[in-house]
Amino acid sequence: MKNIFIPLITIIGILLSLTTVSAGLIWLERRLLALWQDRYGPNRVGPFGLFQVIADMIKIFAKEDWVPPFADRAVFILAPAIIMIAVLMSFAVIPFAPAIEVVNLDIGLLFFLAMSSLSIYSLALSGWASNSKYSLLGALRGAAQMLSYEVFMGLSLMGVVIVSGSFNMRAIVEAQRDTWFFIPQFPGFIIFFISGLAETHRLPFDLPEAENELVAGYHTEYSGIKFGMFFVGEYLGITLISALITTLFFGGWLGPVLPPVVWFLLKTLLFICVFILLRASLPRIRFDRLMSFGWKVILPLSLLNVAITGAIVLLWS
Amino acid sequence: MPDTKDNIITTQEVTLHMGPQHPSTHGVLHLILDLQGERIINAEADIGYLHRGTEKLAENLFYHQFVPYTDRLDYMCAMTNNLAYVQAVEKLLDIEITERAKYIRVIASELSRIAGHLLGVGAWAVDLGAMTILLYAIRDREIVLDIFESLCGARMTLSYLRVGGVRYDFTDKVKEACNNLLEVLPKRLDEYETILTGNRIWIQRNKGVGVISGEEAVALGLSGPSLRASGVKWDIRKDEPYLVYDRVDFDVPVGENGDCFDRYLVRMAEMRQSMRIIKQCLRDMPEGPFNVDIPQIVPPKKPDVYSNMEALIHHFKYVSTGFKVPKGEVYSAIEAPKGELGVYIVSDGSEKPYRLKLRVPSFMNLQTVNHMSKGRYLADIVAIVSSLDPVFGECDK
Repeated sequence: MKNIFIPLITIIGILLSLTTVSAGLIWLERRLLALWQDRYGPNRVGPFGLFQVIADMIKIFAKEDWVPPFADRAVFILAPAIIMIAVLMSFAVIPFAPAIEVVNLDIGLLFFLAMSSLSIYSLALSGWASNSKYSLLGALRGAAQMLSYEVFMGLSLMGVVIVSGSFNMRAIVEAQRDTWFFIPQFPGFIIFFISGLAETHRLPFDLPEAENELVAGYHTEYSGIKFGMFFVGEYLGITLISALITTLFFGGWLGPVLPPVVWFLLKTLLFICVFILLRASLPRIRFDRLMSFGWKVILPLSLLNVAITGAIVLLWS
Repeated sequence: MPDTKDNIITTQEVTLHMGPQHPSTHGVLHLILDLQGERIINAEADIGYLHRGTEKLAENLFYHQFVPYTDRLDYMCAMTNNLAYVQAVEKLLDIEITERAKYIRVIASELSRIAGHLLGVGAWAVDLGAMTILLYAIRDREIVLDIFESLCGARMTLSYLRVGGVRYDFTDKVKEACNNLLEVLPKRLDEYETILTGNRIWIQRNKGVGVISGEEAVALGLSGPSLRASGVKWDIRKDEPYLVYDRVDFDVPVGENGDCFDRYLVRMAEMRQSMRIIKQCLRDMPEGPFNVDIPQIVPPKKPDVYSNMEALIHHFKYVSTGFKVPKGEVYSAIEAPKGELGVYIVSDGSEKPYRLKLRVPSFMNLQTVNHMSKGRYLADIVAIVSSLDPVFGECDK
């Protein structure tokens, strides 16, 4: 009985806190953007405008759940669910603290990569099922962008795997007791960060949903709760990438004095803020530049990183 | 398997209707794009969604009643619209306005230019994803709008100029506010330049995009900052000076490549030049009346109307019958923020124009969109349209 009960509680707890956190992120992003842009942001509903998110949620839930008559109904409904599921599944392998983890998987890192590949289906299917030109263009961009950056993301993580000698997230964190991996694996960290931006399609890589070119890209035709799922999915994605940066390059829960889970959350929050700061400061890159940047700059760099790390580890041992 | 029509994957052009409801078409521009993948084969601008028949309306209004309608042309910089119109009427009347009014008008239209360019650059930046610049630009445009508010009580639709002069005096309070603007704005512009001019993504998105050569630009009727970015040094303020532009010292910034990046640089430089002009005008502005002393054209002061019988009759006459303008026709153009804003009036000697024609820069500039965007990417057309900075109140009239 205990064997079922405890994991169940962990799963429910993590799911609840994740959805709350990602909803809170919407508030955080709006407040931080406002701070950097010399305006107020939401400050009316509740203390510091915190309940704005709740008000928005109520609005989104209460909206008519509308499917355009020209859309492919089944796929149209399925697409937003895929992104939520894929992103939430990825969190299963992340160790928030020594005792808080859904599953201690030996191939944790591969599991994450597999799940993040799955979320491409969400973009491609939603763009296709919407039967609208803007959505289709957004989906095409999204598929190309995510497929390419998937490659670099995987390669950049290989350095970490080589240094720590494991695909297991917990082992990776434990391997960082002496030095956090962002020091020996600095190029890997930068590449992972950039690919993470591209994977979550945040500015400056938000081409699949570039509002000024494609209205809202692949989710142009979505409204109500289905749009809400894309929206929350995006913020969950940011949380996921920040949590991974923390785990893989910044020592996960490791840190003095404070309890491990607090360290983990603090580090994750810092990277989330960096994501938001980038949005406040950078223009959007053009699609062809994005692809050539990926294949001509990032790919050789990440290959070089893997080769050099491998060589050093070989010579050392 | 032999290649038949059924088993070859053929590609085909897609027609995309961009606008009139679209986040980055600056109002109600409707672009009909033929796309091959993301490449633009042909771009056709479909305009007229904001057509209000301004030119026809003018035929049924007294000359002085038309000024508020000009506010609504390029609503981002109403002063220059007022100026173009009242200057044409004054030319037809053959009157010379007072010295003070000339200086006030120059300051007013340069303030308008700053406000217009700020919003133009801000909207452009947000179209390319740099949303912070838009909010900074709106914050700083607010200073200019505050000046307008203390000058004439309105912020957007100003109607400050009138035939024969201006509506209200240029007070010391306004002067102080202008000085404050001159102090604050240069630092703010530097800030924008730090964020944009040196930014590699911004350069990549704009350099070499939407190139148009000087000859082509002239042939297609491009004017204003967009024309000067192509290397054509044509500024009506310099080449056919009106008001006191021949007395103030300023440069006309000119670009070299005729691409979006040069159009951006020219606009930034023009704002700095506008500040130079304002500074000199504030220094040189003489005291004296701000309206001509011709009672038929200029109504009495409002406080007098309430206390003085003759002034009340005068005011009633002015409002109800307007003033007659001699028979003839006139074309008068000024350098508006977007380009050459010309007003052509045919008068039959009555109180209303027989025909009024507006030569609006946004309309003319928009002709170049197809030329600039052929063979470019879909993302580039956003930069190209923003770099032309069209305003549809003006384009559709």
